[in-house]
Order: sequence, then structure tokens, then C-alpha cells
Amino acid sequence: MALMLLLTIYFLLPVYFLIVAATKPQGDLAATNGLAFSHFNLFSNLHTLFTRNDGIFLKWALNSVIYAVLGAAVGTLISALCGYALAKFRFKGREFLFSVVLGGVLVPTTALALPLFLLFSATGLVNTYFAVFLPSIVSPFGVYLARIFAAAAVPEELLESARLDGAGEFRTFFSVSSRLMAPSLVTIFLFQFVAIWNNFFLPMVMLQKESLFPVTLGLYEWNGQTARAPLLQESVITGSLVSIVPVIIVFILLQRFWRTGLASGSLK
Amino acid sequence: MTDTETRVARVAAPRESRRRRPGGGGPRAGTIVAFLTPFFLPFVLFYLVPVGYAIWQSFRVVRRSGGQYGTSYTTWGGFEQYGQVFQNSEFWSSIERIGLFGIVQVPVMLFVALIMALLLDTPLLKIKAFFRISAFMPYAVPGVIAAIMWSYLYSPQLSPVVDLLQGIGLHPDFLGPGAVLWSAANVSTWLWTGYNMLIMYSALQSIPQEIYEAAKLDGAGNWAIAWQIKVPIIAPSIVLTTVFSIIGTLQLYAEPAVLRQISSNISSTFTPNMLAYAVASGNNYQQAAAISVVIALITFVLSFGFMRLTSKRAGL
Repeated sequence: MALMLLLTIYFLLPVYFLIVAATKPQGDLAATNGLAFSHFNLFSNLHTLFTRNDGIFLKWALNSVIYAVLGAAVGTLISALCGYALAKFRFKGREFLFSVVLGGVLVPTTALALPLFLLFSATGLVNTYFAVFLPSIVSPFGVYLARIFAAAAVPEELLESARLDGAGEFRTFFSVSSRLMAPSLVTIFLFQFVAIWNNFFLPMVMLQKESLFPVTLGLYEWNGQTARAPLLQESVITGSLVSIVPVIIVFILLQRFWRTGLASGSLK
Repeated sequence: MTDTETRVARVAAPRESRRRRPGGGGPRAGTIVAFLTPFFLPFVLFYLVPVGYAIWQSFRVVRRSGGQYGTSYTTWGGFEQYGQVFQNSEFWSSIERIGLFGIVQVPVMLFVALIMALLLDTPLLKIKAFFRISAFMPYAVPGVIAAIMWSYLYSPQLSPVVDLLQGIGLHPDFLGPGAVLWSAANVSTWLWTGYNMLIMYSALQSIPQEIYEAAKLDGAGNWAIAWQIKVPIIAPSIVLTTVFSIIGTLQLYAEPAVLRQISSNISSTFTPNMLAYAVASGNNYQQAAAISVVIALITFVLSFGFMRLTSKRAGL
């Protein structure tokens, strides 16, 4: 019990520090105790954050949402279709395709980013939304999970009777199977959302235009400038808080889903 | 390799192989292709093609005709780039660093995660949901932002932790040459312990209770149940988390890159990925490709090696 408490303090400490620091005026950051509140300056800090460089932070936040939400939504759909087909349809080469996908899980994404950059610069895709968005929709791990979930959640008899009723495979998938798979689809979405949200190397390699940055890359750039412009420090801190709190809240609200998903996906 | 892959596939999805439909029927080939294409088309374009392209590039070299100022052209170079990788002392020191990091950080993190999962699984503990959520919360924090948060806790000017330790007479230098690797390791541990714990905990929850009752009748205590029954049963989850941690360690980039912004003790070639990026920024794409291929190969060898080793031992 004491051990758990200690570990909990360890996990919560940096976030608590961030919350406290985000409420302080820049001058108090170094001058006052980092774990105690001083002058409550949060709203002024937020105002500075959102108006700095013509509101570029808001643009970054929106970019992150576009990359992560849209990317994960498209990614979940295509992973689900593929995993479902690999689980429920019998065809030649099925195991081979699945092995290739599994191999994809093991390819380090950072090792992909550099050759992707070269290919994308040859096709003029570098420095566009697509440069980050397109590679993000591919999730071999999502297919892997979808296959396990589909095998577990969709009974063979149901497909059989849908076929006898003359329903097409797509209709069966969208109106019956996808509903049975719904909790696991949320899990796949969340995993992929976090993977894209956290991805840093790919956008760093692909993007030079600040207006296309996701929030991670933007804060990284600002953080690098704090040595020359110390006043940026407060914005980096407030910006970090603003970008993690919504995601943490969504995670806590959706924990029912990711927990069942993890339970069924944890390879019994 | 393929042998292990199919074995993983069988371990991972044992259910459907048991439930093959007896009568043929099923969808037409065109329908199957329509289900698979939306994934496999981008998978080929953005996974397989870049991997192939990197391998191809890694066998090319840039040569100049007519001395140093001649025009440059790329040509087949065989293993020349790989020879350069293996002769590069920066490459070896980055590998050494990451090896040390992995050998310490991965076992520590997974051990803590396992202990937490086992504690959460006992009825002794109250307020489980709170512990579980606070441990899992860092998973929602991007590596860059986690590193920024921790860098403020490391920095001597701002850190309340440094203040506290100085109060009891310690003078830690989290960003010093000996410590900075472990400061980066701490960020990774903070980020991923809860995630790994949750995978193990979920596996623990799916163990049927009857097993414990039988063990108790045989006189097994809580300790024995935990180590002799629970841990072996969730071994596949532990293997999975280990493999993911190995992959994660070899990909390390964001955390040291952020710490580099405040510490002079992290070079631009601190990890293999940072080295690959630095070399690519110097316009030597062929060399960067060779480094990337080597990193990917090490990842494959280590993850498959570990899976094979443990699957033999645990009879998975």
C-alpha cells in the first residue's frame, strides 16, 4: 500500500508541477517553490499562449486534432475491414498476409520516416498535411487487434444466417459485425489516436512550415528557443498543460472501453 | 523468421482456427479484395515501399567524377555503406548507450509494472481505480511533452525536486554527463510503466478464480500464488510488453532530443535514431538509410530472439 502511494505520487508529480507552474507569472517560476501556488496568473498565461505569433498555438492544436482524430478514424475503419476479413473469410494466402502485417508491427516507425521523406519529396508531398496524415492511417497493430477482436466477438452462425438472408458482406459488416465489434473498435481508435498524437519524428522529418506543425513539434521548437527568449518558458508550460489535459480527460471518460479492449486484446 | 511469425499468429488468435466453417460458401474473391485493399494499399505504399527503398538506398554510394569538384552521381556500392556504419565510432557509442539504457530501464520498468499489476489484482488494496488511472495517465502524454515536463523538474533553476534534495544536503545534477542517460530513462519509465501494468493487469483479470481456490486448498499462500501461478499464466503478456519495450528503446528519439535542448551532455548522435537523423540532415541519405536498416535489423533480431527464447522456455 505504501509502495502504491509512493508510485502514485511519482506518476502524478510532474502533472501537478505543470498545473502549479501554469498558474504562475513567468517571474515566479524560478523565484518561488515549484510545488506551491503563488500569484494566480493562469488566465493571463492562456491569453499570452493563444495570442503569441498570431495564435499559432491554436493552429498547432487544431493540426494535432486533425492528424490524430481523422487519422485514427480512417485507420480504425481500414484496420477493422482488414482484420475482420483476415479473421472471418477463408482464402488462400490469408496466413501469409497476416504474417506480413505482423512483421509490420515490428518495423520501427522512426526507421520508416527517413525513406518516407525521400519518397515524399520526390512526389512533392513533403510540407503538406498529407505527408503526416497518410502514413498515420496505417496501423499494423490495429489490424492485429481487429483480427483478434473479430474472431472473438462475431459468431460464425450470425454471418451464416446473414448470408442465407441474402445480405452482402459489406452490409453484414457495417450493420451487424461492426456493432458487435464496437467496444474493440473504440480501443483500436484510442491506440491509434495516441500513437499519432504522440508521434514526433514523422512530423519533424516531414514538415518545415510552422503552420502545419502538430502541437508536439510546435512546443519542441518553442522549448528550444527558451534559452534566447526566456519569456517563452511560461508559454511552453501552459501550452503543455493545455495539450495534455483534454486527452487525459477523454481517457478517463473512455476507460470503460480501453479496459475491456485491453482485456480481450491481451493475448490470453 | 516466418516460422516464428506464424507461431505468433497461432498464439495470438487461437480461437478461429478451431472454428473453421464446415460448408464452403463465403464471400467471392472480389469482396475479399475489397475488404483488404483499403488497408493493404496504404500499407504497401507507406510501409513496404519505404522499407524496400531504404534497403535499396543503403546499397548505393555517391561518387564524384574527376576529383573533389567533379559532378557527383550515385552508383551501386554493395556493402560499402554498411562497412562505414560499422566503422563509425559514433554508431557504436550510440548502440552502447541504448544497450545500457535498455538493459536497465526495461527490466526495472516491467518489474515495477508487474508488481503493481499483482498488487492491483489482490483484494487487499483499496481505491484501485485511482491507482490504476494515475499510473495509466502518462500514456496519454506525448513523449516530447513528458520530456519537457521532466526537464523542468531536472533543471537546477526551476526544480522543486532539486530544491528538496538540496534541503537534505544532496546536490544532484540530473543533466550531468553520468546522469543524463538515466534522466532520459526515467522519462520513459514514467511514460510506459502504467501502460505495461495495465496489459499485465488485464491478463491477470482473465484468470478464472477456481485456479486460486484449488491452489489455496493445496496450501499455497498469496506469495506462492502470485509467483507460481499468476506470473506463469500471464507470461505471454509479459513477453509482449518486453518486445514492445525493446522496440521502443531502439526507437528512442523524442526524450533525449528534448533533454538536449537544456543539457550539453547529450550529443546530436546520442541514440542510433538521432545519429540517423543527423546523418540524413547532412545530406548523406545512403548512409542514413544504412543506419536505419541496421536499427531495424537489430530490432527484428532482438524481438524475435526474445520471443523465440521465451516461447521455448514457457512452452507458448
